[in-house]
Amino acid sequence: MSTIARKKGVGAVLWDYLTTVDHKKIAHLYLISGGFFFLLGGLEALFIRIQLAKPNNDFLVGGLYNEVLTMHGTTMIFLAAMPLVFAFMNAVVPLQIGARDVAFPFLNALGFWMFFFGGLFLNCSWFLGGAPDAGWTSYASLSLDSKAHHGIDFYTLGLQISGFGTIMGAINFLVTIINMRAPGMTFMRMPMFTWATFVTSALILFAFPPLTVGLIFMMMDRLFGGNFFNPAAGGNTIIWEHLFWVFGHPEVYILVLPAFGIFSEIFATFSRKRLFGYSSMVFATVLIAFLGFMVWAHHMFTVGMGPIANAIFAVATMTIAVPTGVKIFNWLFTMWGGSIKFTTPMHYAVAFIPSFVMGGVTGVMLASAAADYQYHDSYFVVAHFHYVIVGGVVFALLAGTHYWWPKMFGRMLNETLGKMTFWLFFIGFHLTFFIQHFLGLTGMPRRVFTYLPNQGWETGNFVSTVGAFFMAAATIILLINIVVTTAKGEKVPGDAWGDGRTLEWAIASPPPVYNFAQTPLVRGLDAFWLEKMEGKKELTPAEPLGDIHMPNSSFLPFVIAFGLFVAAFGFTYHNDAGWGLPVGILGLLITLGSMFLRSVIDDHGFHIHKEEVLELEKKEANA
Amino acid sequence: MANQTNSGNERVDLAYRRRKNAEEMRHQMIAFVLMILLTLIAFAAVGYEEFSHWFVVPFILLLAAVQVAFQLYYFMHMSHKGHEFPAMFIYGGVAVMLLLVWAFTTVIWW
Repeated sequence: MSTIARKKGVGAVLWDYLTTVDHKKIAHLYLISGGFFFLLGGLEALFIRIQLAKPNNDFLVGGLYNEVLTMHGTTMIFLAAMPLVFAFMNAVVPLQIGARDVAFPFLNALGFWMFFFGGLFLNCSWFLGGAPDAGWTSYASLSLDSKAHHGIDFYTLGLQISGFGTIMGAINFLVTIINMRAPGMTFMRMPMFTWATFVTSALILFAFPPLTVGLIFMMMDRLFGGNFFNPAAGGNTIIWEHLFWVFGHPEVYILVLPAFGIFSEIFATFSRKRLFGYSSMVFATVLIAFLGFMVWAHHMFTVGMGPIANAIFAVATMTIAVPTGVKIFNWLFTMWGGSIKFTTPMHYAVAFIPSFVMGGVTGVMLASAAADYQYHDSYFVVAHFHYVIVGGVVFALLAGTHYWWPKMFGRMLNETLGKMTFWLFFIGFHLTFFIQHFLGLTGMPRRVFTYLPNQGWETGNFVSTVGAFFMAAATIILLINIVVTTAKGEKVPGDAWGDGRTLEWAIASPPPVYNFAQTPLVRGLDAFWLEKMEGKKELTPAEPLGDIHMPNSSFLPFVIAFGLFVAAFGFTYHNDAGWGLPVGILGLLITLGSMFLRSVIDDHGFHIHKEEVLELEKKEANA
Repeated sequence: MANQTNSGNERVDLAYRRRKNAEEMRHQMIAFVLMILLTLIAFAAVGYEEFSHWFVVPFILLLAAVQVAFQLYYFMHMSHKGHEFPAMFIYGGVAVMLLLVWAFTTVIWW
């Protein structure tokens, strides 16, 4: 395989991406598929808002509304937010720690394809009878009774497959960050986004197994005659709720901690100041993760756990506000006295603070168990979690897209269009969700497909729908921006923003396949900034230039994940049709067979020779 | 690759390494004998009819915990340097699971 770039046909590019184990290309794959699912989930959101725009509407009625609502939540969390977070982790973390790739490149590709086929399987349900319709939480008492079609089975098996992929990704990042930091990069010199990735990966490692267990129980109950959640046969439907939220609450932090990481990078870069209170930021991140495991039952206050359990979980929940507050103040103090540049990412970062704080305040309100009995299952809750997830996570993903786009693709997204996206999205977001607080407080229930006139909800719902279209317009402008940039955006140097602080900005945009010709020596936090302040243009190398060992591409990750995709179809239908069981077994054989091939075929990778590296670096310097 | 191997030369400090290995072997032998002993005690506890279940079950669980510790620290070298992260993640996982079991037994099956 040659590393010299040349024009390639569509087929060759496709094959390249299907077999790649390069973290930068896997980042592209995550970005594209996560972006696609984001559009899909956004479309579902629009449908929901159209249905609710006026009372007694009949755009989406009853069961279909339940399906769209369930798929909106499930898609946005599992298939849009998580993979987009993984896109940035893949694109940036190895660069930020001065590594040539992640620890297990093959596993990295496998993780992506697992996510992809899981998401594809879940969405196949639209064309095969009906989508899951028990909410993204899929409470057993609802989902076991959803027998009209196989929707819930698509949910169970699809999330199981993509969940495996997520756990693989997490383990990969843990090992990478622990073992592959460049010389001199101690833990307390790691950029905040790398810290966030590290803590998030630990959260995934501990939070996903309960979901896996819950999904296996659900699969047994639905497909193989089990009774884990069936009270009539001695099971207990509450167990699902606990297992789900033991996963589900840390999941919120799995999404928002990387968002915090992205904003920490952006605040420091565009205030052109060192991040204020770096060590307290690290401590707060770890503390949020730690506390995040002890609060899951605050989603279940009205289940009837009793006053003691409710009180414990309420107090534990409120303590999370403390480390989060530490972070908010640190960001404010980072900007304080800085020489601020209002780029598009900085717009999102500044808007994030008040938006997210509003979500945090309603969070503390919801954490009071007694008051929660009033808020429960109303639009107040919907407003709250959209404020934290859109105001926190989606803002961060959009900010990250603008911030790291030049690093990932070598071209700067158009700033004017970027700011238009921001303003439309920001206004649309608050228009949509702010009013939902009041709809909730006046009693509008969530997850109900219509409402009657003259209850005082018409104006609120109409305003909310208008806001949703603002966000849709913002997304369309972002897409236009991406197309325009790809077609004729200006090429950027390595330090695309001119104010880069961390290692990724010290190498070319997009980085060469081996990232760093020489592993850099890290002499402090914000290693690249440090070198620039001493008048240097490049990092200090920590090793002589030599041959670089690279992993070979492989098609096996795709095949392994595809096998599970086939198996999932087989087992979904094994009770209805004779072909189910054989197809299921065939799928498992494909998976196990390719795992066997992976084990027996020796693959030592290849070397990029010193001369080739020199040539590439010289070309880069001239470009 | 040069920057990913340990710098320790195997021929350096041969006498020290010999002594260290001998000591290591002795620890493993002692642990092994103790583990056999613990297993025998567990069998005896079950076999001895005078003990009630309320004593035997927690007692065996306790012995099992000791066995796991021996396994991890003496046979899988967790006592050595460089195992801080595995230890942290193992204990982290154990803590999460204990919390879960504790919550389930008090909130669901009370």
